[in-house]
Amino acid sequence: MHFMLLFSRQGKLRLQKWYMAHSEKMKKKITRDLVTMILARKPKMCAFIEWKDLKIVYKRYASLYFCCAIEQSDNELLCLEIIHRYVELLDQYFGSVCELDIIFNFEKAYFMLDEFMLGGEVQETSKKNVLKAIAAQDLLQESLLEELGIVSTGVA
Amino acid sequence: VKDSMRGLAVFISDIRNCKSKEAEEKRINKELANIRSKFKGDKALDGYQKKKYVCKLLFIFLLGNDIDFGHMEAVNLLNSNKYTEKQIGYLFISVLISENNELMRLVQQNLKNDLASRNPVHVNLALECIANIGSKEMAEMFAPEIPKLLVMGDAGDTVKQSAALCLLKLFRTAPEMVPLGDWTSRVIHLLNDQHMGVVTAAVSLIEALVKRNPDDFKGCVSLSISRLARIVTSSYTDLQDYTYYFVPAPWLSVKLLRLLQNYPPPEDTTVRNRLAECLETILNKAVEPPKSKKVQHSNAKNAVLFEAISLIIHMDSDPSLLVRACSQLGQFLSNRETNLRYLALESMCLLATSEFSHDAVKRHQETVVTALKSERDVSVRQRAVDLLYAMCDRSNAEEIVGEMLTYLETADYSIRGELVLKIAILAEKYASDYTWYVDTILNLIRLAGDFVSEEVWYRVIQIVINREDVQAYAAKTVFEALEAPACHENMVKVGGYILGEFGNLIAGDARSSPSTQFQLLHGKFHLCSPPTRALLLSAYIKLVNLFPEIREDIIAVLESDANLRNSNVEIQQRASEYLSLARNSTQDVLATVLEEMPPFPERESSILAQLRKKKPAVEDAIRVRGEKQQQRPASGAADGAAASAAPIAATPASGGGGGVKLQGDIAGAESNTDSDLLGLDFGGSAPAAAAGGGGAGGGSVDLLSSILDVGVSSSSSSSAAPSAASGASAQRKTVVVGAGASGSIVGEENWHKFVCKNSGVLYENDILQVGVKCDYQQSSGRIVVYYGNKTPAPLAQFASVINLPDSSLTNQLGIQVKPVGDRVGASEQVNEVITVDCMAEFFACPLLNIRFVYSGVAQSITLKLPLTINKFMQSSEMDSATFFQHWKQLSQPEQECQKIFQAKFPMDAETTKTKILGFGFSLLSNIDSNPANFVGAGIVQTKSGNIGSLFRLEPNQQAQMYRLTVHSIKPGVSKRLCELLETQI
Repeated sequence: MHFMLLFSRQGKLRLQKWYMAHSEKMKKKITRDLVTMILARKPKMCAFIEWKDLKIVYKRYASLYFCCAIEQSDNELLCLEIIHRYVELLDQYFGSVCELDIIFNFEKAYFMLDEFMLGGEVQETSKKNVLKAIAAQDLLQESLLEELGIVSTGVA
Repeated sequence: VKDSMRGLAVFISDIRNCKSKEAEEKRINKELANIRSKFKGDKALDGYQKKKYVCKLLFIFLLGNDIDFGHMEAVNLLNSNKYTEKQIGYLFISVLISENNELMRLVQQNLKNDLASRNPVHVNLALECIANIGSKEMAEMFAPEIPKLLVMGDAGDTVKQSAALCLLKLFRTAPEMVPLGDWTSRVIHLLNDQHMGVVTAAVSLIEALVKRNPDDFKGCVSLSISRLARIVTSSYTDLQDYTYYFVPAPWLSVKLLRLLQNYPPPEDTTVRNRLAECLETILNKAVEPPKSKKVQHSNAKNAVLFEAISLIIHMDSDPSLLVRACSQLGQFLSNRETNLRYLALESMCLLATSEFSHDAVKRHQETVVTALKSERDVSVRQRAVDLLYAMCDRSNAEEIVGEMLTYLETADYSIRGELVLKIAILAEKYASDYTWYVDTILNLIRLAGDFVSEEVWYRVIQIVINREDVQAYAAKTVFEALEAPACHENMVKVGGYILGEFGNLIAGDARSSPSTQFQLLHGKFHLCSPPTRALLLSAYIKLVNLFPEIREDIIAVLESDANLRNSNVEIQQRASEYLSLARNSTQDVLATVLEEMPPFPERESSILAQLRKKKPAVEDAIRVRGEKQQQRPASGAADGAAASAAPIAATPASGGGGGVKLQGDIAGAESNTDSDLLGLDFGGSAPAAAAGGGGAGGGSVDLLSSILDVGVSSSSSSSAAPSAASGASAQRKTVVVGAGASGSIVGEENWHKFVCKNSGVLYENDILQVGVKCDYQQSSGRIVVYYGNKTPAPLAQFASVINLPDSSLTNQLGIQVKPVGDRVGASEQVNEVITVDCMAEFFACPLLNIRFVYSGVAQSITLKLPLTINKFMQSSEMDSATFFQHWKQLSQPEQECQKIFQAKFPMDAETTKTKILGFGFSLLSNIDSNPANFVGAGIVQTKSGNIGSLFRLEPNQQAQMYRLTVHSIKPGVSKRLCELLETQI
C-alpha cells in the first residue's frame, strides 16, 4: 500500500498515512485531487479507480471516507477489507467509533494502524492481538503515571 | 478511553468551535506562541508537558499548517524511559521529520539504543519507526542487526512481526544495504511458524526477497503450498481470530497465492497436485452457499478466489482450472455488486490471452456487450472495452468492432482516444474484407475525428496504397464521405491523399468527375489547418497528372496570392514548386514525377505501438497470444521511432526530381530514405543527395565531409552505385569465405563504438577511410560499408572478403555481399552492401578483409565487422509483473549471467540510458525499487526464433563499479550480451 487517507464528507482530512516518501507539497496535491475525485462519485459506483499507475480503493463509513492507494497487482477486494478491519479495530477500541473519536484521539488512531499495518503491509490481522497490544500500551501509560505520581488530569 | 492529555483535548475543542477560518488561524497562532514560549522558557518542562506540546504541534501540522519548531523537543522525548513519551516522540518523527533533517543523526542514535533495549516494547517502537520512515542511511546502519531479531528464537512474536516488515522497508529502500546471508535460508522457515501473525508479516518480506533472487528461495514454494493447503482445508473455527467473517485467514492466503506467482508451476508432481487441489478447493468454495450475508464475507472469500485465479492464469498450464476460472468469472459478470463485475471483467481480460481459455471467454461476449451499454460507471465500461478487445479474433471481429463503433458515439471523452485506437487495430488485424476495414476507419473519423490520431489515418492510407483490390472502393467511399456538409479535417486529409492517388478510378462516374472531385476537395481547403492545406496542394498536383483537363483550374489555385504568397513557408514553397511543375512540364515528366506511390514496406502497425505505450501489460499478453496463434512477427520499437520522426519534413520536390511523393506528409513513411542515405541519387551528385536525406544520414554525411576535407571535388561519385551494378545483374561472386583469419585485426577500439550505434567511421588511415552504416529490421540487417579513397591516386585491385573466424558462424549467419568494383578512383568513395540474416544466436564476430594496391604496394587490412548479436534485438516494454515473471522463469544457471566491473566511462545516468537504448534494450521504470538502477528487456530476433532477454544494471557510484545481470532464454546469449554491454559503460 502506498498511502491511506481518512477524510470527512466535507473534505477535511482526518488521518493520513504515507508509506512512500513524498514532499509535503506533493502530499497536499495528491490529497486534494483524490478528495475531489472521490467526493464527486455517486453511491453504488465501483469502489476501485485507476489512478496514475496505482489503484485507489475507497469506502465510506458514515461521515468518513477511507481511501487507500495500492499497486496494480494488489488485491482490491482485500484492500476493502483492510479498511473494514481497521474500522472494526477503531470501533471496538473507542466503542462505536465516530469521527470525533478520531479527531480527539488521532494519536491512538495512528498507533492502532501501526499495529495492524506496518510499512504498507498487513502485519497482524487478528483483532484480538491488535487490541491486546493497544491495551498493553494503555496499561503501560496508566501504571507509569501512577508510579510517577502524575495526576491524570494535567492542565494545559 | 483513558487519555490524560486534557490540554490537548481542550485545544482540539477550541479549534472545532471556531466559527471561521480566521478564528481558527488565530487560535492556532496563539497556541503556537504559547508552545514556543514554553519551549524557550526558563522553567524546565517535564516529560509529560513536552509530550503534550509535541502532540499539539502534531495536531496543528495535521490540520495542514507548517511547523518549524519543536523537532528537538520531540527527539528529546525519545530519550525518555516512559513508553508513552517515547511513543509520541516517534509518532512526531514519523509524520514530520524528513530524511535530511539535521536531527536525523540523533534520531538514529535513539533508534539504535532502543533496538538494543532489553524491553521488547521499546525494541518494537524503534522497529515500527524504521518501518515507517526507513531511509538508505538507516538501512546501512540497521539492516545488519534486524535479521537477528527476526530469526532469533527468543524474540517475541510481536518483535518478529515488526522486524520482518521493518526489514522489508529497508530492503525496498536500499536493497544493496541488506546483507543476504545465513538468515535468508532461515527466513523461509517462518512460513511454518505457529503464530499466524508472524507468517503473515514474514510472507511479505519473503516475496520481496524472492523477486530479487528467486533461486535462493525456491524452497518457499513447497512450504507455501503446505501452509496454504492447511488454511484452505481448515474449518473456519480452526483458525480462531484469524478467520475473518467465516473465511479462514484471507490475508495470509492471498499473500501466499501472490508469492507463488513468482514461480513457474512446481516441477515435483506431488507438490503440483497439492497446489492444484488447493486451487480446486478455493474454486469449489466459490459455488458453495455463503456462510454469511455480510459483504465482508463475500469480499474476503472472493479476494482469495481472484488471487487463486491470478495464480491459475500465471501458471497457464492447467486447462480445466482455466476453464473453471472462466465460468466462475462469467457468473460474476452479472453479479449485482459493481465491484465484482469490474474485477471479473478485468480478470477475464487475462484469461482471454490464454490459449486454453480464450474460447471459454468468448462465450461471454453478449454479457460483456451488455455491460458496455448498460454499466453506469465509466471505469466498468472501460474494463468491458478492454475485455472485448482481448477476446476479439477473426470469428467475432466484425461484431465486436460494430459494437465498439456504436459505443463510440456515446462514449465518455476520457476513453475515446483509446477506443479509437483499439477499433483501428482490430479492424486491421482481423480484416478479411478490406472494404470493411476502409468503412470502419472512415466511420471512426466520422464519429470521433478529434480522437483519431495521425497514426490511424497514416495507417489506412498505407493499407489502401498496398492493396490494389480496395483502392477504387476507398476512392468512392471517401468521395461520398467528403460530400457530407460538415466533415472532419482528418477526413479531408485521407480524402485528399486517396483521391490524389486513385481519383482516376472513380472518374468514369459522372457524379465523381474530375472537376467535381477537385471542387469537393477545394471546398474544404479554406477550413483546414496549414498542414492539411499543404497536403491538399500535393493532392492537387497529383490530380493535374491524373486529369489534364482540370489543369487550368488547379493552376489558378496554385498561383493565387493566398497560396503563392502564403506566410506559411511550406504552403508557399509547395504552391510555387507545383505551379512551375504544372505550367512547364510535359505530360511525360508529370507522369514520372507524379506517379502512383509505391507500396509501403510491410510492417507492424504503428498504432499497435501507440496502444502498447498506453497499456503495456494487456497489450503484451495479447501480443503473446497473437504470436502463438498466428506467428505474427512482432515489433514496435522501430515503428514507434519512425512514427515519431517529424512529419512533413521533406519538401516534396527537393533533391531535384526524385518524384513528388505525398509520402512527405506521412511521418510513418520512411521507405525512400534509404536511397538517399546510400548516396544513390537519381543522377544528382552524392553530396547533394546525402544532404537531401536530412538529419537521418549522419553517418554518410560525416564520411563525405571528411573526404571533402582532403580537398577533392566529389563530382565523380556514385557512378559505381550498387543499384546500377545490381541492375546490370552482375552475378554475385561469393565473397563470404569460411573459417580462417587473415592478418591481424586493426581498428578494434572503433569497433566497440558500434555496439551501441549504427553508423560512423570504422577505420581510417592515411589512404583509406572505412565508414559503416547499418540498418536492422527484426532478424535481418543491411550493412553498407563505405570505402573512401583519401589519396589523389586510385586504389587498384580493390577487393573485400568476409571471413568467418568461427566455423559455427556459417550456420548462424546468412551473409550476402554486393561487391564493389575492383578500383576506387582518386578521392572517390564506393560502397558495398552486405545483407545479413541472423539464423540463430551467434557469439563470434565476422571479419572484413580489405585488399588493394596503392602506389604499387599491396595493402591488406582486416577489420572486425560491427555485427553483434544485440543488433537483432528489439527493445520490449512490459510492466513489472511481467518483467519479474520472465526474470524468474529465466533463471537456470546457463540463462543467467552476472558481471561486476569497473565503470569504463563516467557514470552519468543519462549517457548510460542512451547507450542502453542504443544497445537494443528498453528501459523500464518503476520496476526496480532503487531508481538509480537500470532495468529493461529486449528480444533478439533470429530466423530460428526469438530470444527474450532481460537485464538489470546496478551502478555503485562510490566504488565506480557496476553490477550487470542478464537473463536470457538461450544459453550463452546472456553471457554475450553481458560482455558486449560491459565494454560500453
